[in-house]
Formats: sequence, structure tokens, C-alpha cells
Amino acid sequence: MPNINMSPKKNPMPSQAPEVRAHNFLEVATGYTEEMAIDEALRCLSCKNMPCVAGCPVNIHIPEFIAKIKEGDFEGAYQVISVSSSLPAVCGRVCPQETQCECKCVRGIKGEPVGIGRLERFVADWHNAHSTEKPVTAPSNGHKVAVVGSGPSGLTCAGDLAKKGYKVTVFEALHTAGGVLVYGIPEFRLPKSIVQKEVDNLTAMGVDIETNMIIGKTLTIDELFDKGYEAVFIGSGAGLPNFMNIPGESLKGVYSANEFLTRSNLMKAYEEDPVTPIMKGGKVAVVGGGNVAMDAARTALRLGAEKVYIVYRRSMEELPARKEEVEHAMEEGIDFRLLNNPVEILGYENPEDKRDPKNGFVTGMKCIKMELGEPDENGRRRPVPIPGSEFVLDVDTVVMAIGTSPNPLIKSTTKGLEVNRRGGIIVEEETGATTREGVYAGGDAVTGAATVISAMGAGKLAAKAIDDYLNGKKEQ
Amino acid sequence: MYKIVKKKSLNPTVTLMEIEAPFVAAKAEPGQFIILRVDENGERIPLTVAGYDREKGTVTIIFQIVGATTEKLNHKQEGDCLQDFAGPLGVATEVDNLHKVCIVGGGVGCAIALPIAQKLHAMGCEVTSIIGFRSKDLLILEEEFQVASKELHVMTDDGSYGRKGNVCVPLQELLDKGEQFDEVIAIGPLIMMKFVVETVRPTGIPCKVSMNPIMIDGTGMCGGCRLTLNRNGEKVTKFACVDGPDFDGYEVDFDEAMSRSAMYRDFERHAYEETCNLFRKESGKNA
Ligand SMILES: Cc1cc2nc3c(=O)[nH]c(=O)nc-3n(C[C@H](O)[C@H](O)[C@H](O)COP(=O)(O)OP(=O)(O)OC[C@H]3O[C@@H](n4cnc5c(N)ncnc54)[C@H](O)[C@@H]3O)c2cc1C
Ligand SMILES: Cc1cc2nc3c(=O)[nH]c(=O)nc-3n(C[C@H](O)[C@H](O)[C@H](O)COP(=O)(O)OP(=O)(O)OC[C@H]3O[C@@H](n4cnc5c(N)ncnc54)[C@H](O)[C@@H]3O)c2cc1C
Ligand code: SF4
Ligand code: SF4
Ligand code: FES
Repeated sequence: MPNINMSPKKNPMPSQAPEVRAHNFLEVATGYTEEMAIDEALRCLSCKNMPCVAGCPVNIHIPEFIAKIKEGDFEGAYQVISVSSSLPAVCGRVCPQETQCECKCVRGIKGEPVGIGRLERFVADWHNAHSTEKPVTAPSNGHKVAVVGSGPSGLTCAGDLAKKGYKVTVFEALHTAGGVLVYGIPEFRLPKSIVQKEVDNLTAMGVDIETNMIIGKTLTIDELFDKGYEAVFIGSGAGLPNFMNIPGESLKGVYSANEFLTRSNLMKAYEEDPVTPIMKGGKVAVVGGGNVAMDAARTALRLGAEKVYIVYRRSMEELPARKEEVEHAMEEGIDFRLLNNPVEILGYENPEDKRDPKNGFVTGMKCIKMELGEPDENGRRRPVPIPGSEFVLDVDTVVMAIGTSPNPLIKSTTKGLEVNRRGGIIVEEETGATTREGVYAGGDAVTGAATVISAMGAGKLAAKAIDDYLNGKKEQ
Repeated sequence: MYKIVKKKSLNPTVTLMEIEAPFVAAKAEPGQFIILRVDENGERIPLTVAGYDREKGTVTIIFQIVGATTEKLNHKQEGDCLQDFAGPLGVATEVDNLHKVCIVGGGVGCAIALPIAQKLHAMGCEVTSIIGFRSKDLLILEEEFQVASKELHVMTDDGSYGRKGNVCVPLQELLDKGEQFDEVIAIGPLIMMKFVVETVRPTGIPCKVSMNPIMIDGTGMCGGCRLTLNRNGEKVTKFACVDGPDFDGYEVDFDEAMSRSAMYRDFERHAYEETCNLFRKESGKNA
């Protein structure tokens, strides 16, 4: 076997064919085999200066874990990754590698970069399938910490603290743990069983997960301290959906992406005879260009829509979604209507018969064409409407995927917890410490909607800071 | 899991249950609600806190059997458990500075109105209650209202009990008499609340309504419960689960709320029939 693979192309990811997967909720990409993984690993040049590592928000030792794959030591590769990341099976699947690790890879200069994400996923899946080791429960250090929210930031913070012997309780508002990983990102991109495995690992390590606990309502942060928790981590995410504030947004058939995805994922509305309803079929327009928009569009397709549009006000170049998801969406037949912006949603109205059951349902969406103007302060060219270019897109369902903000519930019930203009909790960057002593925060609750890996990183950072803080207190 | 410690049928379509949920019981206030799932694969549905016992750690819910989930809930017995029971959610009804209040309840809405009436009564506020039902066999909570009110008017649509007519009739009479209420609180079907608001509007007396749009999470995450308020000529969107469920009745766009609540009518009818068939089959097997 040669010890370097000079192919300019990544080993392609085995995937379900587009025309098949467009009608099921099974995972699109099925993953590398051992042979493919080794072949792909051999494309890595083991660069001394490791540019790729700097591109990863948590600085996974990339050449080191890839070197283990080359040797066929997959468990060894897993151990390297787990020094820096607690959720490799998730991040290998959903990280925007093209703007992070892989965009810095030297192999990317003359061809495609090394498939770092695909390798990371392979390693994590291999470990999950082969490892028999039980998660170790660390001897208790007698200290209690509360974690609010069970998304990637909260799960990571809880795991790291449990490893140090803390008694950790995770409080989750919904009935299932996992945050966006279970209610937002669909099964076909991130199987629920992978998230469940992470959650099960935590419980095996002695972490208590209390669902149906809305912090700020059921219990406040202050009451958590009263109950003997010595520190609190807030990882409550950015779950508050934005709307466009255009006419017609209250019509029947207009959803926020959160509602549409929650109905389908968490409440399993995609099943044959679901208990929670969702509008299936017909023509669907999804407004927005991020991962959330791609997920909503592809979910609509799988629910049986005859036509799905992505309506985005900028051009392909600015589309913020993961490249792979955009490609998958196109292959599946999603119709991208770029440089278009909705101005009004139109509904059916029968003034003759107020009781006509069709009244109030969406019939179309009026859009205006856009062109790219001068760059704004971030260097992105600002879209400007072209006067008189309005047209109507014929649709029955509209999904608004134009962003979310941090939920004000905790802030409004916690004295002394400061937030910024956009509602993000203000923290000290190096520690995640908030303006309240003993209260730490991280993930989307701080940054606004961001990525799984950055939320995970923030959870790790805060776990360390909480440990330092409580150790300091013990010494006093 | 959340144990059902008491179950009582109030009328053929309305059931009371007392549920063991100490965290919710410790915090709940009149006007707030909970979200429950009957079982592992159940739908999330919101129900108002109809009472609580902080010592015992129990919360009372009163629900009308209208569809699949409430039907399934009604098949649970004392000693059985519910899968999920989360709350208290929403903002508690404001009762400060109220001395004389008229409470108007319609149907199962009376269950939501009762704890508010009781709280106001306990605070020394003078409560006039008007409760309305379609007919005598659907009457609930009359005695409880009697105890909590200085004056009680019972109405039925068909005149089979109390006075014949809808709740707006005695309300109009009271207003015509010049009763100086600090506030009118209306809780019931959307159409009833809409008419109560129109009855009160000419007097300018504040009129509060309790909105019950379709909800999922109940924490402000999905936006499905949104409703439109007309505030000083401007349209304002609010999420009923976190901003409500109480709203200024003069501002609420009732027509939109009624339209939105019927979004899944066909689906719901189908699910209800399926569930009833299932229970029928099961009881057939047992017999
Ligand atoms: C549809 C969708 C697709 C995405 N795709 C990608 C992708 O491909 N790649 C990527 O990197 N990122 C993606 N993201 C973003 C990523 O999922 C988030 O950045 C990440 O999940 C944030 O993690 P978190 O821990 O901060 O919060 P979340 O995952 O949002 O979890 C927060 C948790 O806290 C709970 N909670 C909230 N308030 C309370 C309270 N008061 N009390 C108790 N619990 C509470 C919530 O119910 C939730 O479970 C996507 C997001 C969405 C919505
Ligand atoms: C804040 C709030 C408090 C409520 N309090 C009570 C109460 O104390 N007692 C009571 O009997 N009912 C109450 N309701 C209404 C109750 O939630 C619905 O009757 C219940 O969800 C019906 O479920 P179903 O599956 O049995 O019926 P379905 O067949 O699903 O629906 C029948 C009717 O219930 C409405 N509905 C359906 N799903 C939901 C949902 N997820 N959320 C809200 N409404 C829905 C529909 O608009 C429809 O009109 C309340 C609703 C809200 C929002
Ligand atoms: S965690 Fe994400 S950014 Fe880091 S190496 Fe893995 S795929 Fe790349
Ligand atoms: S930059 Fe690319 S080739 Fe170099 S070590 Fe990193 S992954 Fe390997
Ligand atoms: S129920 Fe989801 S935001 Fe209110």
C-alpha cells in the first residue's frame, strides 16, 4: 500500500441516491468503510505546522488522529479526538468543515482538502459500534452543579464536570434531551440514536437529566442555588423564532422553521399516522438560506411536497448553509429562487361565505427580485430590491427560516444576569462567567444561533472554569 | 412520571384530575397552565391549572373531551401515570388593585375562571360571576362559584337550567344598571369572548380575555401560538404561551385567532375517530 494518496479528490461519501432519499427520513450519507477511511487518511500529509488544527474551533489534533487511521488503529484515533471533543459523531456530520478545518487544509490548494469531517465521523461511528468499555463514574467530590438546557453546550459541560466527580443535574424544558440536535436537525442528517447514545453515556456517568423543567418558571436560577447547587451553567440556546413582519404571516400554513421542524422531528409528524399534525404535500416555500432553511426544505420534500422552493434574498455565494447540504438539496430537486425577497403572503378569502373552510389558508407568496449592491460593513454585498419586479409564487405552505434569538425567559427571572442588545447573555470570553457569581453560560444563549462545535467548545470551557471556581472556593 | 391521585367526572364531557407534580404545585398561580403528554407517543397539549395543593404537591386540571388526546387522557384512571407534565407556564392573571370584578365563564372555560374568582374572593374583592353552558347536563362548578362570588348568574342556551340565553344578557343588564367594575374577565370559547368584549367596549371598563391557541412547546420556541393585537392602530404579534395567556380583549384579533384554531380541523376529526375506534375495539376485547 502506498503511504501517500495523491488523488486530488476526496473519497466520495457513500449516500442514498437522491431520488430514493427524497422520500424517506433515513440518513442520507451512509459513511465510509474501513478501506475508504484508510485511503482517505493517506491523503493527509501530516503537515508539521498543522494549518487544519487552527481552523477547528476546538483544535482537534487532526494529523494525529488521521495518522492513527492510517495505521488501522481506529480506537486510538478516537482517543485522540476525545481529548478535544465530546461529540465527534455529531460534529463529523454537521460541522461546516468547508469554513473550518478543511478550508485550511493544504491539500485544498490544488484539489479537494482531506475529508476531515468524514474521517471524524467514521472514527466516532467505529468506536460506537465496537467499543465495549463502559463510561467510568468518577468518585464523587461532593459538589453539586446544575446545567440548564441539554443541547450540545449543556451536554458537554455536564459530561466534563461529571468526569471530575461533580454531581450534575441537567434541567431540560422539553420532554426529550438533546436540544436542537433532537428538535431541529432532522433524522436524515443526524440520526436521533446518535444523540441518544450521548445522553445515555451521561446518565451512565451518573448525570441526572430532569426533563419538563423550565428554568425561570418551574425553578429559578436562585432556587437552584437554594437547593444546594454551587454553580449553574446556562446552555439554553437561541430558540426564539424571528418573523419578517410582512402582511399575511398569521395565515394558516405559515410556520416558523422551529415549529415546522419540531412538529416533524420531536413530535414525529413524519410518521404514518402521527398524533401531531403538520401540513404535508402541496407547494412549499422556505424563506432563508442557512442550515435551518435547508433542513426545513428537505423535510417538506420528504413529507410529500410536490414542489419545494428556497427563497433567499442574496446569491448562491452568500448562502450560509453547509455546502454539502446545499448540494444535497439541489440533487433532491429543491428549487433555489435566489435574489428574491418575500413582501407579502397571500391567503384565500371568500367574502361570500365566511365559513368556507378554505378561508385563511395560504395561496401564494408575493416576492420582489433583488440585486446585489454596495458591500456593507462586513464586506457582504447588500441586496437591494429591484422596483416593479414583484411576482407571485404559487404555494400552500411558507416556512420562515430567517433566524432565531436567545429566549428571554431566564434573563427576565434572574436578577443581575446581563444580556446584550440581541438578548445574548454577556460572558467573560475565556471562562463563560456571567455577571452573576457562580453562573456560567455558553453556546447559542450567548452568541445567538451559531454551530454545534462552538456550543460544545463553550460547554468545555465553562466546565473547566466552574471546576476552577469551586476549587478556589474550597481553598478559601 | 406523574401520578393521577384523583379522577372525577364533572359532567359527561368534562373530567377533573388531580396530578402529583410537586414542582408545578409549588409555583402555580391562577391563570397559568401546564403542558402534558399522556404517554410516550402522545401529543403535547396545554391545560390550565384549575387548582393546586402546595402541601400535597398536586395540581388539578379540568378538561373537556374534544379530541384524540383528551379522549385518551380520560381513559386513564386513578393510580395511572402521565408521561409528562411541565409547568407552570404563562403569566399568572394579574389581580392587584381589583376591588370589584365581573367574571364571565363559558363551558369548560369556567374551570379556568374559577381559581381566579377564588383568589379574588380570598383577597376581599367583590366578585360577580356569570357562567354559561349549552344545557343543564353540561353545568360544572356551580357550588364552587357560589362560594367565591357575591352574585352568581347561571345561564343555559336552552333554558334547561338557570336563565335561558347567553352570558352577554346578564352582563349587559349589569352594565346598564351602571355597575362600576374595575375589570371584566372573560374566559371561554373564542366566539363568546369576542361578544363579551363587544358588550363591554362601550363602557370602557377594562376587559381581559384568556387566549388558548394551538401550542406545542409552551416556552416561546415555536411561534405556533402567535396572535395579533391591534395596539393603537398598529399590529403587534405576541406569543400566547409566554406573553399570555391573558390579553387585553380590546386589542385581540379574534377573527384571526378563530381561523388559526381551525387549521388542523380535518386532521383532528380523523385522529379523534381513530382513537375512539381503538378504545371501542379494546373494550370489545375485554368484554
Ligand atoms: C434546524 C437547524 C439546523 C442546524 N444545522 C447545523 C449544522 O448543520 N451544523 C452546525 O454546526 N450547527 C447547526 N445548527 C446550529 C446548532 O444546532 C446550534 O448552534 C447548537 O445546537 C447550539 O447548542 P446549544 O447547546 O447552545 O443550544 P440548543 O441546542 O439550542 O439547546 C438548548 C436547550 O435548552 C433548552 N432550554 C431552553 N430554555 C430553557 C429553560 N428555560 N429551561 C430549561 N431548558 C431550556 C432547550 O429546550 C434546548 O433543549 C442548526 C440549528 C438548527 C435549528
Ligand atoms: C393556555 C391554554 C389553556 C387551556 N386550558 C384548557 C383547560 O383548562 N381545559 C380544557 O378542556 N381545555 C383547555 N385548553 C384547550 C386544550 O388544550 C385543547 O382542548 C386540547 O389540546 C385538545 O386536544 P385533543 O387532541 O383532545 O383535541 P383535538 O382534536 O386535537 O383538538 C380539538 C380542539 O382543540 C384545539 N387544540 C388542538 N391541539 C391543541 C394544542 N396543542 N394546543 C391548544 N389547543 C389545541 C383545536 O384548536 C381544536 O379546536 C387550553 C388551551 C390553551 C392554549
Ligand atoms: S470538530 Fe468540526 S471543525 Fe473540528 S475537526 Fe471536526 S469537523 Fe473539523
Ligand atoms: S492540513 Fe490537511 S494535509 Fe495537512 S495535516 Fe491537516 S489534514 Fe493533513
Ligand atoms: S407554544 Fe411554541 S411558542 Fe408558544
